Amino acid sequence: MSGPIVRIEGLAKRFGAVTAVDRVDLDIERGALFALLGGSGCGKTTLLRLLAGFETPDGGRVLIDGQDMTGVPPHLRPVNMMFQSYALFPHMSVADNVAYGLRREGGGGAETDRRVGEALDQVRLADFAKRRPAQLSGGQRQRVALARALIKRPKLLLLDEPLAALDRKLREGTRFELVRLQAELGLTFVMVTHDQEEAMSMASTLAVMDAGRIVQVGAPHDVYERPASRFVAGFIGLANILEAPGGRWVALRPEKIVLSAARPDLPHASAGKVVDIAYEGARSLCRVALDDGRTMLAATSDGAFRRGQDVWLGWAADAGHPLDE
Amino acid sequence: MRLVIALPFVWLGVFFLLPFALVLAIALGANAPDSVPPVELGLSPKNFALLFTDDLYLAAWLTSLRIAAVSTLAALLLGYPMAYAIARAAPARRPLLLMLVVLPFWTSFLIRIYAWMGLLDENGLLNQFLRWSGIVADPGTLLGTEWAVHLGIVYAYLPFMVLPLYATLEKLDVSLLEAAADLGARPFAAFLTITLPLSLPGIVAGCLLVFIPAVGEFVIPDLLGGTGTLMIGKVLWDEFFTNGDWPLASAVAICLLVLLAGPIALFQRQQAKGLERRT
Repeated sequence: MSGPIVRIEGLAKRFGAVTAVDRVDLDIERGALFALLGGSGCGKTTLLRLLAGFETPDGGRVLIDGQDMTGVPPHLRPVNMMFQSYALFPHMSVADNVAYGLRREGGGGAETDRRVGEALDQVRLADFAKRRPAQLSGGQRQRVALARALIKRPKLLLLDEPLAALDRKLREGTRFELVRLQAELGLTFVMVTHDQEEAMSMASTLAVMDAGRIVQVGAPHDVYERPASRFVAGFIGLANILEAPGGRWVALRPEKIVLSAARPDLPHASAGKVVDIAYEGARSLCRVALDDGRTMLAATSDGAFRRGQDVWLGWAADAGHPLDE
Repeated sequence: MRLVIALPFVWLGVFFLLPFALVLAIALGANAPDSVPPVELGLSPKNFALLFTDDLYLAAWLTSLRIAAVSTLAALLLGYPMAYAIARAAPARRPLLLMLVVLPFWTSFLIRIYAWMGLLDENGLLNQFLRWSGIVADPGTLLGTEWAVHLGIVYAYLPFMVLPLYATLEKLDVSLLEAAADLGARPFAAFLTITLPLSLPGIVAGCLLVFIPAVGEFVIPDLLGGTGTLMIGKVLWDEFFTNGDWPLASAVAICLLVLLAGPIALFQRQQAKGLERRT
C-alpha cells in the first residue's frame, strides 16, 4: 500500500481552556523515524496520545494506513507505544511483560515463547527473561519496554521521550541502537522529544511544535539550515537573529561567522570585543559585543582568543537565512 | 530514651500479657459457683477438652467461621467497586466520598445495630415499605435470621474493606492500564491481568480486617440473629454472664485468640511486605 502511513487532518484537542493541539495537519511517511520536537506544554505528547487513542480529539481525524481511527479504542489500533515511564507491569517477569501483547491476541504456547525469545535476543536481554522489572537497571527496563512494544510488529511505533529517563552516557549508545533497530525492522517510528540534539541526530524527518501547532516540518538538516521562523531558529541550535532591511529577519548560525583579530575580507564585517568564552572542546563559543551595540555569538576552533580582546566578525553574503516571520 | 523504648513493652505487659495470663489461669481452673470470684484455681485442661468434644461448641466455631467468611466475601464484592469508583473519581471529590464511607462511625456502633433492628423487625420500616408498595404482600421477618447477621456484619465492617482497597487502587499507575490497552487488552482483560493482581495486597488486608473481628462478633448475632444463629462470641457471653462459668468462658476466649492469631500474623506479614516494597 502506498501513501503516508499516518495522515492527520485538522486535529484539535482542548483541555478546559487550554488548546493542547490546534488544528494540526501532518503526513508521516512510511518507514520514517519521525520526531515531534517542542518545549514542554507545546502539545507534542497530546498529539502522540491522540495517535495511540488515549485521547479523543475535539475535531479533525487521524488516518493510519488509510483507515480512519475516529472512535477506534486503543486496544484495536495497529499502533504500539513505548511510555516515558516505560509502564512495565511490576508483577510480571520480563518475558511475561514482552509476551503480554501476543497473549491478548489469544497467542500462547511454543510460538509465543519463540517470538518472546527472539525479541529479548534483539534487545540483548535473553538472560534476564525471568527477572522482575524492579530487578533491572534503567537501561534494561527501557529495552524491555521497547521489546514489549515491538513484539506485535505494529504499523507504527510511538515513543514518548524514549531516552529521557536514561543517564547521559547511556543515552548516546541507545540513540544509535534505536536508529539501527528502526532501519532493521523497517517500521515507522514516531517519537516525541524536547531535546533538539536528540531529534536532530536520530530523526529522518522532524516537526517542530509550538503552542499546539506544527511550525515547521523537514529533514533535520533543512530545518537547521533553513528555519522558517525566529522561534525555530532559536529552538533548534543557536542562532543570531539579525534585522535585515525592510523589516525582515535573518538567522545567522554562530559557525557561519569568522572570528579574527584583523578585519576580514568578507562582505559583512563588524568590530567588537569578546565578552564571554564558553569552551566546548571541539570549539569555543564567543559572545562578542559589537561596537554598534549588538551582541552576537560566534564559534571558533581557535583557542587563542581571550576575554576583553578586540576582534572582528565577518560572514559571507549567503551565510544568513532569511526568516518568514 | 530507654523509657520511650520500654513504654510499649510495659504497656503490652500490663494490658495484654498480664490479663492474658489471668484468663489462662482461670481457664485452667474449675467452676466454683459459691466462691468469689467463682473459680477454683488448678491445672486442668478439661475446659479445653470440653470445647473440642461438645458438639455445641464445635458447631458454634464452624458457624462463626462460615458467617465471617461469607460476610467477608460479600463485603469484598460490594467494597471493591466502591473503592474502585472512589479511586477513579476526580481528585477533588475523593475526600468527600471517603468521608461518606466513614461517616457511620460518627454514631455509636451499638445504636446503629439497634437501628437495623428497627429496620428489619416484623413491623419494621422494610416490611412496612414492602407491604405499602405491594411488592410483597406477606413479607417474612429478616430479623432473627442468619441473613440479618450477614447484613449487619457487611454493613458494620464495609469501611474496613473499602479503605485498604482504596489505598492500593489509588496508587495504581494509570499508565499501566494504558499500556495494557495499547498492547491489545480489552478493558475487562486489563482489569483481570493488571488491576486485580496489583490490588491483591489491598484485597488481603481488607478481607482480614473484616474477617478477624467478624469471627468473634457478639453484638450483631445477639441483636440481629435469632436463637438459631450460634456464634462463638455469643457462646462466650452466655457462658460468662448467663451460666456464670468463668473458666469455660476463659477457655473459649483463649481458643478464639489462638484461632485468629494465624490470620493476624498473615495480615502483619502482608503489611510488612508492603512497607519493604515502598522503601
